[in-house]
Amino acid sequence: MDAALADRNRQTMTKLLVIAVAMLGFGFAMVPMYRQICESLGITQTRVVGAANTQVDASRSVTVELLASSGGLPWRFEALEREVRLHPGQLVTVNYRVVNTLGRPVTAHAVMNAAPSNAGRYIEKQACFCFSNQSFAAGEERVMPVVFRVSPEAPRDMSTISLSYTFFEQPGGAS
Amino acid sequence: MSAATHAQDHGHHDDHAHHPTGLKRWLFTTNHKDIGTLYLWFSLTMFFMGGVMALLLRAELFQPGLQLINPEFFNSLTTVHGLVMVFGAIMPAWVGFANWLIPMQIGAADMAFPRMNNWSFWLVVPAAILLVASFFVPGGAAASGWTLYPPLIIQQGISIDMTILAVHILGASSIMGSINIITTILNLRAPGMTLMKMPLFVWTWLITAYLLIAVMPVLAGAVTMLLTDRHFGTSFFNAAGGGDPTMFMHIFWFFGHPEVYIMILPAFGVVSAIIPAFARKPLFGYASMVYATASIAILSFIVWGHHMFTVGMPAAGNLFFMYATMLIAVPTGVKIFNWIATMWQGSMTFETPMLFSIGFICLFTIGGFSGLVLAITPVDITLHNTYYVVAHFHYVLVSGALFTLFAGAYFWIPKFTGKMYNESLGKLHFWLSVIGFNIAFFPQHFLGLAGMPRRIPDYALQFAEWNMWSTIGAFIFGFSQLLFLYNMIECIRSNRKAADNPWEGADTLEWTHLPSPAPYHSFETAPVVK
Ligand code: HEM
Ligand SMILES: [Cu+2]
Repeated sequence: MDAALADRNRQTMTKLLVIAVAMLGFGFAMVPMYRQICESLGITQTRVVGAANTQVDASRSVTVELLASSGGLPWRFEALEREVRLHPGQLVTVNYRVVNTLGRPVTAHAVMNAAPSNAGRYIEKQACFCFSNQSFAAGEERVMPVVFRVSPEAPRDMSTISLSYTFFEQPGGAS
Repeated sequence: MSAATHAQDHGHHDDHAHHPTGLKRWLFTTNHKDIGTLYLWFSLTMFFMGGVMALLLRAELFQPGLQLINPEFFNSLTTVHGLVMVFGAIMPAWVGFANWLIPMQIGAADMAFPRMNNWSFWLVVPAAILLVASFFVPGGAAASGWTLYPPLIIQQGISIDMTILAVHILGASSIMGSINIITTILNLRAPGMTLMKMPLFVWTWLITAYLLIAVMPVLAGAVTMLLTDRHFGTSFFNAAGGGDPTMFMHIFWFFGHPEVYIMILPAFGVVSAIIPAFARKPLFGYASMVYATASIAILSFIVWGHHMFTVGMPAAGNLFFMYATMLIAVPTGVKIFNWIATMWQGSMTFETPMLFSIGFICLFTIGGFSGLVLAITPVDITLHNTYYVVAHFHYVLVSGALFTLFAGAYFWIPKFTGKMYNESLGKLHFWLSVIGFNIAFFPQHFLGLAGMPRRIPDYALQFAEWNMWSTIGAFIFGFSQLLFLYNMIECIRSNRKAADNPWEGADTLEWTHLPSPAPYHSFETAPVVK
């Protein structure tokens, strides 16, 4: 291979190498370019539509009265609100408070009761202190939530529901 | 003929020139034919490795339920099968043909940078070893799919680092190879060999090499970012650190779509050589073939979004990528019609290379059409990530790229070895391949349309029937390929001497100016092309 040709080959190689290096740079440049384009087009937010609760029946309201019964255990047990007004299908959180005034550790289980008598099946709970045993140290005070909704299936004439909890001590139920 | 005899004398003379033998010859060779041979045997080896992985996958999918392998291993096999076939089998095989043919077809003595050529090949081997060895490290081989999507790939073990390193090495090798090919074609053509006289295989490789130089560095950048996300605390793709996994998809497919044309453009070149030879007519529409190839290459840079219709791009983006993708079908269609027009009223014979080429035209067209179906955004939203996509890309890659590799191997092996292959065995290989291939992959269209996701080791019962057929077809196809291996070895060992030009209609320089086998050094004095 004569020298002139070798020279020409080297020139071609250099040009091609420049393209290759430039494209490597372009690969990295795509990072800020991508951000810029998404931002200027306003498409940085993922377009999640319809994550809203579609089952709320806004055409009517139900009053849920919150009751706490000390019948089972003579300590302080009360609902923080007297009542909530809600639409069927709407998820709400209410709170109950226990103060263990008995002077000893207590493990107890809460039992729900609803009135009218067929209302219980329309109360749909997602979280509740009544799902498991609760243990309290002597003198302990604790606020505990109930997350629930009234089913949209509830009959239209059921405009008031009483929701009541009663704690019963669990014998030998330490922890 | 006198030219060939003259070259033969020349060849004999050269055979006395001393060059090393044995292992050293292959390790240190700078001869384009030796390097071509190395690439071809290497890719055949990788083809069989990837094939074994595919058959393991299909065996697991023969029936619903988990029978043979666990889901993690299944995912690794899917991933490495894809990587090995793309980077280990198809691409190196085309580089092998490029090495053998480009210097001979343009009347050059060798490649422009013979020593770099040696490097290009010997880099590929450790990369392949890294890929295969990653099966044996803790955590198993990469299980992210061949597209290497984060966040999954950020989380896996050391095998990912091996895979990334392999991709880096393969990228370097491809870039070096491409520089070599472009320089050879631009600077070393024989007097009179103008650009528009070059055989189409040379043209398609010239354009392929430019594609490689443009996109392999982008892939290297993308996997480098994966690596720094994994080990150096960057957050290119890590959403928790302000990154975006979707961005990886954009960068990957900016590489990925041109990559699929890198695998198919040389195939177009091979078919454009074989169809005229066996139709005994010049290629119809040579210039339009060149322009179509160039248009496909340019368009391939603006269609990557068709792999991402479901990621939540704005509607305008989806529409742009949909129309741009459909536009590619135009130059592709031009090519198909030109091949058919070449055959029109030709005096055709159907030897094995021609059979594989016609098989290519029929089946690649099916793959093109399923591509068009997938390009329709609303349709793709249901078909994305189903077996319909798997069917699509196996029609374009197996009956597209692989079939033309076989066609090329049968067509040129008389020139490579000086021996003639066994025609009946070649035909048997073709028919078993076509039948096995279609039984394996046609039902996957139905599976995809019925909603079977890709890359799963188990599936719902309603998919059982077609999966069974698909596995049966895959085994027929897979085992028929042993026949190809046998054919090649039998041909090399036989004593059926091939004529200098065994094909009546072949008219490129390697057939008209060189004996069979082509001498170790050819065209040391350039031929003059009229
Ligand atoms: C008319 C031409 C073509 C069109 C319109 C087309 C269109 C498409 C579309 C829309 C997809 C995305 C499907 C999805 O993931 O939902 C796709 C995937 C694919 N195509 Fe094509 N294609 C064409 C030709 C080719 C060719 C020639 C090849 C290779 C030689 C190819 C290889 C692939 C591969 C490998 C994938 C799947 C990648 C993956 O997700 O793993 N295509 N094609
Ligand atoms: Cu694509």
